[in-house]
Amino acid sequence: MLQKTWKRGALLKMSKVKRKVKTIKIDLDKCNGCRACEVICSAFHAAPKYSSNNPARSRIRMIRDPIKDVYLPVYAGEYTAAECMGRDKYIIDGKEYDECGFCRASCPSRDAFKEPDSGLPLKCDMCEDNPPGEKPLCVQWCLNNALIYEEKEEEVEEEKPGDVEIGLESMVNKYGLDKVLDTVVRMAKKA
Amino acid sequence: MRYAETGVNLEIDLSSGSIEREATDPKLTQLHLGGLGTNAKILWDRVSPDVDPFSPDNLLIFGAGLLAGTPAPGANRTIITSYSPQTLLMGYSIMGGFFAPEMKYAGYDKIIFRGKSPRLIYVWIHNNKVELRDASHLRGKGAIETAELIKQELKEPNAQVAAIGLAGENRVFTASIEQGRSSASRLGLGAVMGDKNIKAVVVRGTQDINLARPAEFYQQCNDVLKYIKYRNDNPVPNVMTILQGLGSPQEMLHVDEAWHTQNFMWGNSRVRRKDFWNKEIEERWKSVQLGVRKRLISCYNCPMKCGAIISVPGLTTYMMKCFSKLTYTMAAFVDDLDFGFKIAQRATEYGVDGFSTPQIMAFAFELKEAGILTDVDFAGCPTDNEGKFYWLLDRIVRREGIGDILANGTYWAAQKIGKGAEVYAHNNIKKHEQLPLKLGMLNPVYFLMYATGEKINITQIEGQFPQSPFITTAEKEEFVKDWIQVPDEKFKKIVMDWEIRGERSNPYYPTVDMSVDIVDWQETMHYIDDALGVCAGLSSFPLKPPYHMHNYPHFISAGTGMDIDEEGLKNVYRRNRNLIRAINVRRGLRRSDEKPPEDHWKKRFPELEEKLLDAYYKFKGWDNQGIPTKKSLQELDLGYVAEDLEKRGIIKNEQS
Repeated sequence: MLQKTWKRGALLKMSKVKRKVKTIKIDLDKCNGCRACEVICSAFHAAPKYSSNNPARSRIRMIRDPIKDVYLPVYAGEYTAAECMGRDKYIIDGKEYDECGFCRASCPSRDAFKEPDSGLPLKCDMCEDNPPGEKPLCVQWCLNNALIYEEKEEEVEEEKPGDVEIGLESMVNKYGLDKVLDTVVRMAKKA
Repeated sequence: MRYAETGVNLEIDLSSGSIEREATDPKLTQLHLGGLGTNAKILWDRVSPDVDPFSPDNLLIFGAGLLAGTPAPGANRTIITSYSPQTLLMGYSIMGGFFAPEMKYAGYDKIIFRGKSPRLIYVWIHNNKVELRDASHLRGKGAIETAELIKQELKEPNAQVAAIGLAGENRVFTASIEQGRSSASRLGLGAVMGDKNIKAVVVRGTQDINLARPAEFYQQCNDVLKYIKYRNDNPVPNVMTILQGLGSPQEMLHVDEAWHTQNFMWGNSRVRRKDFWNKEIEERWKSVQLGVRKRLISCYNCPMKCGAIISVPGLTTYMMKCFSKLTYTMAAFVDDLDFGFKIAQRATEYGVDGFSTPQIMAFAFELKEAGILTDVDFAGCPTDNEGKFYWLLDRIVRREGIGDILANGTYWAAQKIGKGAEVYAHNNIKKHEQLPLKLGMLNPVYFLMYATGEKINITQIEGQFPQSPFITTAEKEEFVKDWIQVPDEKFKKIVMDWEIRGERSNPYYPTVDMSVDIVDWQETMHYIDDALGVCAGLSSFPLKPPYHMHNYPHFISAGTGMDIDEEGLKNVYRRNRNLIRAINVRRGLRRSDEKPPEDHWKKRFPELEEKLLDAYYKFKGWDNQGIPTKKSLQELDLGYVAEDLEKRGIIKNEQS
């Protein structure tokens, strides 16, 4: 099955587009744990801009446990409605990172990345602004260079028409063609 | 809406268990800013001068600085205020770390404790929810251990905890309040907390702090950050390493201790070891420090790295800053820095001041050597230098045997022991132990700061005026050329004219009037920092700091919406300075108390020193006893203070 899919993909016509990718490189060894990133993030996203600050609204969070020397800035990513079934732990250089340390999700398992009053999810937007800023604010305020901004151009494949077919084919393999057809028809009627 | 501050104080009566939120009067912010200023106002208004520090009527105030919790870099100070059991005067000790911003986010500018809890408790403040919780299971636990246990128990890893250790519980006069990488160590406020039966204050806040003019405030913050970066890249030349940069002395970063070990005193601030430092020791100390240091760390919203995580194999991890790696080591005459890091771990968990405590122990062993204390007092004490100190530290924090007497500090212990012990408590000002520093020639500026400082601790009084003259004209020019921080150009001239030797050198230059001016400037900046909650390490303490008289008014105006200019800010300083002086005067402080240790300088100039004090008092608008005059109090909107002092006969009787 896997092999077949690969073959089909290889036959499709690829078209590539250029895309700007914004990256923040996080150097944990340089982090002094000051939380300036949280301060300025919450201030930048206040309305009007900088009119208030509250690290609990920040889209970057310091997971910080000084006694264990855990200093880990994490950015808010996508919202997820359900928490993971298992909770991972990473042990790096003898230090245990728990509380889903490296995960960016705004998720029911933790308080991070939710508006403190409404509970609505927060997500890092790299300080997209009009006019565009030089760098995300957390990077600008991190004088210890634990957060390093990098922009690069990446060539990515454009969305291919064949993708839908690949997806459907796996559904057909799993449920049979009739069931998939029925479902599609039913969905079409509803729409 | 209130800007920069929350406008609410949390009032907790420990005796009755009542908890109230009190809206504060914005007028007080205009008069005193916040932090130290409004703490002092509360102490003056609410605690009468005859109250014993361990009375339920004494207050313990945790005050956040006015700018704490705003994006102003380094604005993170908690100013803790009460009457000190050691000096019996107003005690205010300041901690950095993460506590004050969290308090503000929880919705409070201050937490004010009165009364005394019937049992050991900790206070859990989570926004509007405030609980007094049983802490009997935490009795005797270390300060850091307590913080960790509470965070686990509450399942609140982001809560900030200010806790006392065993020393505070036992009301040791050098007990500190520990909070992560920081502590309020001086003047025994941990003992007051212990007396009130508070094991810890725990706070978590998730509310906003608002700013009046956001864009302007943000611009000021950016300028400060830019200047910090510039200063980090451009250390001040021609001064010794620890004075070159910003922050508190970078003792966790630097491993070269030639200067401290050879110029500061060992033992009970007695012995100078001029040939101590050598290649072998340097190698050993370097490997010890780098071995135990896990990371250089900072306080809230500050790019500096003045602290460190210290992990000695076999001991629990703790955090350290500044000079404490050396205080125990040198007081105990131990030549291995390893000891310093080990005993500091125990001392931090016990929660004791790292300046006074080692000196108390060295003092005790000196008394033993002199035969004033005897073997009976030290029954069971090991004979090696390290073992002796561990043994005595345990006795002091438990108040066992001789430890019970020593736990009150060298001044009170000497009074109690008698038999000439007073002579051995030689390094105090106003009953409080000072840095182990003994120098040659009197420095008039330092004389005044030591003598008159209400904080009673030179590192919290001295500041950005150079400690000694530059040698060449080129060096002087280099220093003054970009000295933007001076409040007046005249200070540049003093630096240019100040010489190592000759007519324009210590002790007669800077002249009396110049010395008074310089001290007033240093004080101004410290008082403003302590009201705003900005770290002295970014303002009043180092040479050429990012915060100064010229940008502070913009921060305050844009942050609070309360327009203030340089003159207005100086007036707030004068008001706070005079109010604190009045509090202490009402507690009995007089000219005769304003004395640096007799042996601080080898060459003393009694006549000059009197002139310096006279001029300083006059400049401040005080009488020759250091008591503020009615007129100067009235000019500072402190007429009610003058009235009170008059009613008590302090002004009428003693002013002439």
